[in-house]
Amino acid sequence: MDDQPIFQCKGVSKAFFGIKALDNVDIDLRCGRALGLIGENGAGKSTLMNVIGGFFPPDAGVMLLDGKPYQPESALDATRAGIGFIHQELNLFPNLTIAENIFIDDFPRRGPLINRKSMAERTTRVLRTLGMDFSPWLKVERLMPGERQMVEIARVLASDARIIIFDEPTTSLTAKETEKLFVLMEQLKTKGGTIVYISHILGDVEKLCDDLVVLRDGRITASGLCGDFSVERMVSNMIGRDIGSIYPPKKNIPGDGVALAVRNLSQSGIVNDISLELREGEVLGVFGLMGSGRTELMRMIFGVDDYESGEVVVGGAAVKRSNPRDAIDKGMAFITENRRDEGLLQSFPIVDNIDLVYLRDFVHPVTRLVNKKKVAGESARIAGELRIKCASVDRQAVKSLSGGNQQKVVLGKWLVKKPRALIMDEPTRGIDVGAKYEVYNIINDLAAGGSGVMVVSSELGELMGIADRIIAMSRGEIIQAFERGEFDEEAIMRAAFRVHGDSMRMGSAK
Amino acid sequence: MNKLKLVLLNNATFIIFIVIFIVFGVLSPRFLAYKSLEIIVVNATFIGVIAVGMTFVLLTGGIDLSVGSTMYFSAAVLGYLINDLGVSIWLGMLVCLLVGLLIGTFNAIMVTRIGMVPFIATLITMVLARGAGMFITRSVPVDYPESLTTLDAINVFGVIPMPILLFALVVCVASVFLRSTQPGRQLYAIGNDPEGGRRAGLNTRRLTAMTYMICGICAALGGIVSIAQLGRVNANFGVGNEFDAIAAAVLGGTSLFGGIGTVFPGTFLGAVMIQMIQSGLVFTRIDLYLQPIIMAAIIFLAVLVDSIRSSFIKKLQRRNITKQTDGAARSGSANG
Repeated sequence: MDDQPIFQCKGVSKAFFGIKALDNVDIDLRCGRALGLIGENGAGKSTLMNVIGGFFPPDAGVMLLDGKPYQPESALDATRAGIGFIHQELNLFPNLTIAENIFIDDFPRRGPLINRKSMAERTTRVLRTLGMDFSPWLKVERLMPGERQMVEIARVLASDARIIIFDEPTTSLTAKETEKLFVLMEQLKTKGGTIVYISHILGDVEKLCDDLVVLRDGRITASGLCGDFSVERMVSNMIGRDIGSIYPPKKNIPGDGVALAVRNLSQSGIVNDISLELREGEVLGVFGLMGSGRTELMRMIFGVDDYESGEVVVGGAAVKRSNPRDAIDKGMAFITENRRDEGLLQSFPIVDNIDLVYLRDFVHPVTRLVNKKKVAGESARIAGELRIKCASVDRQAVKSLSGGNQQKVVLGKWLVKKPRALIMDEPTRGIDVGAKYEVYNIINDLAAGGSGVMVVSSELGELMGIADRIIAMSRGEIIQAFERGEFDEEAIMRAAFRVHGDSMRMGSAK
Repeated sequence: MNKLKLVLLNNATFIIFIVIFIVFGVLSPRFLAYKSLEIIVVNATFIGVIAVGMTFVLLTGGIDLSVGSTMYFSAAVLGYLINDLGVSIWLGMLVCLLVGLLIGTFNAIMVTRIGMVPFIATLITMVLARGAGMFITRSVPVDYPESLTTLDAINVFGVIPMPILLFALVVCVASVFLRSTQPGRQLYAIGNDPEGGRRAGLNTRRLTAMTYMICGICAALGGIVSIAQLGRVNANFGVGNEFDAIAAAVLGGTSLFGGIGTVFPGTFLGAVMIQMIQSGLVFTRIDLYLQPIIMAAIIFLAVLVDSIRSSFIKKLQRRNITKQTDGAARSGSANG
């Protein structure tokens, strides 16, 4: 088509709590082309999309649409400008019908009333292009996750967007649905549409995209024609450094004692007959794709969520179901993947956050009053050990700390007493490289001290760097376990995809 | 099995309605006479109209505790205009509705602009509006002219009592609005997930504000209906009616969690049901002092159904990760 880019970002930057999520990012989008956007978790992909989508403004830089300044203030502005988003997390209203969800921000109308006939026709037409033969008046609550994702896609298609941004659209799709989606994306391109495709499945990116941009720590590390990139080159640009130097040398030796055992844990629709053992002094990696049930499993083990059958045993004693208090008493600790909402009391100082879990160990046996001095001393000791960078341990609110230091506070509250079994869900998400190294060190030290540490991560490289053993999960089941000596990225990835599709869609990445 | 449960929970209103109807019909056959049914609907009008407004607010997940006080304040203004200023009843009633709108707007500002919790914001208004009404009336009962009270007795076309016509009109307009207009459907969306609504580009603030304004007008209108029936308003006019209105909406299947509910048949049936229970208890000569307890028990049941339904739906919606036969069974082809 013509050479003039339809959309441009120039020098876009954005920081959160002092961490640069985007640093001077330039991208060009052209008609009839697909841009692949790849990077590790926390590389800034979502931030970039949110800036384009009008969810928050950039701190610096400009965006141009058709050569004119584009400054969206809301999602509606983006839609009006012809930019459509397909989010990884669904944004549907299950209490409404498929047709209503598709037209929720702009119903076809006749006078003041909704034109049901035209709505049904247009919905049916869009659904048909996606190969779905549902009634437009079926409520979304009756659809399966994959089908819901297709409705989300239908919504953007129906809005006649010129630029469509796909953020990991295939995680909840079956292989067949994925196939249909790819055919459709090719059709969109031939009709002159512009596509941004974000995915961790590099093979798909290689197959679908014309141009490629690689982000790392908020910066573009490589860009160019997609054809010039092999999957290997993509990976090296994403990681950008030798794996050996990002992980501290291992100090722990897994013992024979069992720190945590899970036996036949099941919850219909979520996880199926999960059994695993975490040994004392072992770092166990749990790898799975988004939606594999890994987070749900961890929450059940710790007792945040309930399960139907099975048993969790810590230090030889069964933990009461759905009872985090009992889990803590038996020596379990849990670091949530949602640090901001579940891991911290944001407006409280560091001391109060660290002492939250074991506060009752600091109360006077008779008066039940908290021994403030002892509490402060203990917290200060931990804050010092973890090298939390802050102005004041007992006055500074946690929300003013950087992501990495916030994560250290989360860790700190479980270190008042040495945990027997520590579960960490995405412990390094959204924190910078230096803080990551420190978190790895803490894991290393804990394991060397005899604790069992179970780490969930969607970065396989990270698990290969720190774990003694990795188990791969898919669709709520454990597929395979790998010992440290036999770690093989491709094999583990394949296991994580095994139940997922009839066809293999994973490019080899070494 | 799950499907059957869901069908029962979703149609709890009808089921409770029919059960109550049959129970009272059996206990007192007089209850089933056409005239007594007509009286029930006429008497349901005043709570019904307020409950329609309340339904809008509840759909967004909010609540409006100020409707009873709104009734009183707007009635006080109406009395002042007619009795002291000699304004015609028609102009008086128009201003009365505007007062309702004004109070609704005040609630809307507190909730959507200042960001106060609806419960607290409307609680403030509840006290404020009653205070303002007392200030005008000095808490002396207000009497209204016959020209206003006779409106209640008019039979349109000789057969349809005026209140019933008004009730039908309000229910119709509200129902069409919620069912068949863009803002109507969007209300359901933001009630289900306000953050999601914002992400989808809906004007959540404006939609929410609109519901409080509608609720205010409905409260004033319900007040007028009641005035026309009573002819006199004293200082505790409307006290406790917010509870009846919320109860009518919830009995009609409106969820206190937002996003679920209809004006017709839902709230309409709910309002009639409340009146039916009250009349039925009188017909069956149940101990006067037992009646509030029975009333409370029935409303408790309705709210309980709402809670069970919400948690049940949430459970059904939990992400299905494992490959199960669930989806295959639904589409009728088990090939997975």
